[in-house]
Amino acid sequence: MNKRSRRKMLVAMLVFGVGIATVLALTAFEENLLYFYSPTQIHAGEAPQNRTFRVGGLVVDGSVRREQGSLAVQFELTDNAEVVPVTFTGILPDLFREGQGIVAMGQIDSNGLFVADEVLAKHDENYMPPEVADALDAAHEAGKTGMPTTY
Amino acid sequence: MWAWIQKFSSPKYFYGMSAKLIPWFALSALLIALYGLYLGFFVAPPDYQQGESYRIIFIHVPAAWMSMFVYVVMAVSAAIGLIWQIRLADVIAASSAPIGASFTFIALVTGSLWGKPMWGTYWVWDARLTSELILLFLYFGYMALQASIEDQRMADKASGLLAIVGVVNIPIIHYSVEWWNTLHQGATVTKFDKPSIHIDMLIPLLLMALAFKLFYLAMVLVRARNEALYRDRNRRWVRELVEKL
Amino acid sequence: MNGSEFSWSEFFAMGGYAFFVWWSYGLTLAVIVLNIVMPVVQRRKVIKRVKRAIRREQLQE
Repeated sequence: MNKRSRRKMLVAMLVFGVGIATVLALTAFEENLLYFYSPTQIHAGEAPQNRTFRVGGLVVDGSVRREQGSLAVQFELTDNAEVVPVTFTGILPDLFREGQGIVAMGQIDSNGLFVADEVLAKHDENYMPPEVADALDAAHEAGKTGMPTTY
Repeated sequence: MWAWIQKFSSPKYFYGMSAKLIPWFALSALLIALYGLYLGFFVAPPDYQQGESYRIIFIHVPAAWMSMFVYVVMAVSAAIGLIWQIRLADVIAASSAPIGASFTFIALVTGSLWGKPMWGTYWVWDARLTSELILLFLYFGYMALQASIEDQRMADKASGLLAIVGVVNIPIIHYSVEWWNTLHQGATVTKFDKPSIHIDMLIPLLLMALAFKLFYLAMVLVRARNEALYRDRNRRWVRELVEKL
Repeated sequence: MNGSEFSWSEFFAMGGYAFFVWWSYGLTLAVIVLNIVMPVVQRRKVIKRVKRAIRREQLQE
């Protein structure tokens, strides 16, 4: 093979490689998108049985129960309409707390309990010092101001 | 007018002019970055949810902004080179690619190091992360086409076409957090109402973004000078210039 | 730092996130340094190449 056709081969392989990588990335992304369900959809029976999928929602206040001496934790997830009980064994992200938005990946068992293999926490787009957040919370509870989103 | 553009955009003229600008861009980038880091680490308060870990924002967000900005500069330059055959435009496009790839890499790596403690994972295939990874592939594709095609005009045509087609990815990256259900947060600074970030955190963030932009300006000129020398290596002005070195 | 006295060890600890924060900043610095060094090396290479070409042509004449 001469220099020129070898170079053409290289370009072709490269375009092919980038193409494959993009397709793989998009497929993975599509799958995550397709298998994402809210607690309401799970209650309506739309979520698949015997298949791993994701559920997103807020951790219900006061629902988190940790088992003594193990990493097992149980909590409830809500989309403010329906509630799904979740169990997970492992290390939770630092942002995991009651009221936080999270995404859990796992399967639903026959009793309607979601057994998670992975729990990821989502944070919002607000950045502020703790004192400001406390002040906003206090003001919010006193009913003086509405959204704590803009500072 | 056309003759004026031709003269002004000749690699020879550019080589002389750019030498005077580089030290100013580089020095201001350094000073602004140092001041931004000082404010970011010593003045900005910790975040109410993320504590000290959020300080990664001061490099993550500017790098991510620059990864998209440099891509647009590269694609527009490539288009100018393709349409009007202005050689300097192709030089700028080719010189932008490795810098843009570096910013993309920084955005991905710092995002990963931020995601682990906060989200609980180094990587997730969500729309924002995936589209940013595709941006890195686009830069690599451009650079590979430049490196592998011997004939410079063909290389500029092929890689320029890739750069222009790849522009569709830029709005996808920006709006991914709105169009899809992502783990990545929505926009903090660039949303239409007031940015939802405390002013003491916002100022270092904007300073670091300015420093990154000045760094890009300095480095794209340095690289473009090399590129101009290389592309004109058989022309008289380069021969005369090199003999004096 | 909550109004309390400033301490360097506390600063470097980054509230327990030292690993993630400092690796982020360290890798960024490395990439930036690489971006400065590479064009300097490249410039030397280009100049060397042009000089060699000039010498070769002078020998042929």
